[in-house]
Amino acid sequence: MTGSGILQGLAETAKNFVGSFTHPAENLATIEYPEQRQKLAENTRQFPFLVFDGTDPEAGLRCVACQICEKECPPQCIYIIKSKAKKPDFVGKPQFFPAVFDIDLSVCMSCQICVEVCPFDAIKMDQDFELATSDRFQGLLFHKDRLAKPNSHFQKIHPTEAGETDTRRAADLEKAQAAAAKAAAAAAASAKPVATPANSPEAKNPPPASPAAGTPPM
Amino acid sequence: MNTLDQLPETLKDHVVGVFPAGLQPWISALLAIGALCAIFPALFALTTVLERKILGRIQNRPGPNRVGPAGFLQFAADGIKSLTKEDIVPRNADRLLHFLAPLVVVIPPLLAFSVLPIGRNLVALDLPETGLLFFFAVGASVEVGVFMAGWSGGNKYSLLGAMRALAQLISYELPLILSALTVVMLTGSLSLVAMVEKQSAVQVAGLHAWNLFTPWGVVGFLIFLTAAAAEANRSPFDLPEAESEIIAGYFTEYSGFKFALFFLGEYLGLFAVCGLGITLFLGGWLPPFTWLNWIPSWLWFFGKLGALIFFFIWLRGTLPRLRMDQLMQFAWTFLLPLTLINAFVAGLWHFTADWNVLFRWALSAGLLAAAYVALSRPFARAFPRRTYRFAP
Repeated sequence: MTGSGILQGLAETAKNFVGSFTHPAENLATIEYPEQRQKLAENTRQFPFLVFDGTDPEAGLRCVACQICEKECPPQCIYIIKSKAKKPDFVGKPQFFPAVFDIDLSVCMSCQICVEVCPFDAIKMDQDFELATSDRFQGLLFHKDRLAKPNSHFQKIHPTEAGETDTRRAADLEKAQAAAAKAAAAAAASAKPVATPANSPEAKNPPPASPAAGTPPM
Repeated sequence: MNTLDQLPETLKDHVVGVFPAGLQPWISALLAIGALCAIFPALFALTTVLERKILGRIQNRPGPNRVGPAGFLQFAADGIKSLTKEDIVPRNADRLLHFLAPLVVVIPPLLAFSVLPIGRNLVALDLPETGLLFFFAVGASVEVGVFMAGWSGGNKYSLLGAMRALAQLISYELPLILSALTVVMLTGSLSLVAMVEKQSAVQVAGLHAWNLFTPWGVVGFLIFLTAAAAEANRSPFDLPEAESEIIAGYFTEYSGFKFALFFLGEYLGLFAVCGLGITLFLGGWLPPFTWLNWIPSWLWFFGKLGALIFFFIWLRGTLPRLRMDQLMQFAWTFLLPLTLINAFVAGLWHFTADWNVLFRWALSAGLLAAAYVALSRPFARAFPRRTYRFAP
């Protein structure tokens, strides 16, 4: 019958219109962004950040300024100056740390290559996408203090990857502690036969590689 | 009647009474003009927001809801935006026509409102001999403004839009006027006030004798609505301003406030033609039942107007745009013959007033249904149902 299509169409649009009031969840697809937010997928990635353990972003920073990420970065947006001094890492081994670590947001292309090449699990991808700024020079250049975020943040945004990383690091720490204990025992054993009073303070002091600064992983 | 019903009239009388007797007719006219020029553009402002909200909900999104409470100040933001925009006149434009066209589009609908009975005793200009004629004469002058706009821009798209608009307006003016003619035949008067009074006769159970409650009234109203959508350039007959084909049609070369004036004119035209449809078929300011008389008559008029506007918005959210040949074929091979048959049935209805009600109804409705089926058959054959391979 001519005209029945128009009535069918009118019924269809009326269903949508009425449904948007009675069943808004099914009928209104819009998420009104600043007030409502969609839950981000775990693999969402936006811009890198530096992970630190514990509470102090300087002491707990995992980065050892090896500069692999700086060299691998395709658009060359990472800028690192290695420190002169060293600080102990999570197993207590003295390591360099970045005196300067800058990433240029306007150049970064969120490729995640820095994350993939980092042997120290020090750089990860963040999910914060509200990075707009009115200052296009300094506001877009992220320094170390702004890049450093605690491990708890990493746990929150990428729970699977962070859990896996933490397990591996805990195993590494255990191994290092066992090795240190063995070395200490060996040192003690080798020190005993001599047993000269001059050597005793040396035996009490742990060797440099032993877990003096055994910072537990978060 | 009650005081609320006559409130606009008594209010006007009070204001007019303040002035000396010599000035009173002028003040009275000015007040009526001022009221019409305030109410309908205000309704336009409200309609633009509501239209976007309703279309949004039809399309599964909330629509504008940021400016003001629930987005209802969106029209103010749009108005300020269009006022502050640069008014560009193309170098090879006909400057005088380019300037006049928006005015010629806006003024006729405002004039047309003057003969519409908005409430009981509430009509700005009662023309007892020529009311409907005045309405159509004034309404037809919009076409001049449309062609002025399309021609003066010196742009092929505006000219194409103007040609389309002209062809469409002239084609659909015919069914529009002929469907109104049936009411004139039955009323025996061209006065819109008399038409409403004729419909105030009471049938069974306090039901007013709206023209819609007759077979020819139903068909006439549907034809009127179709032709009104075409006259007001509303979807699915919005070819003159088809954005995806010819940018903005005849007002492509307009910017800033002149562009907004075209929209104003278009919506005012829609309100005017809806108001006429209400007066002709929906009993004007009359309630459907006599026991609903306590609601002020002008509220009935604006309620019906709102319902018709909602229907047009609903239609816009539903139907895609026609093609030019479909538009023409629909007007000349389907709508026009159906209107003529409807006029014949209306005449039959008039002369069979003393027949059995059921038989009279069955005869008229049967004739119209047969005409509908017969007329739609070649039309349906020319445009068969499309089957899509990949979409259901």
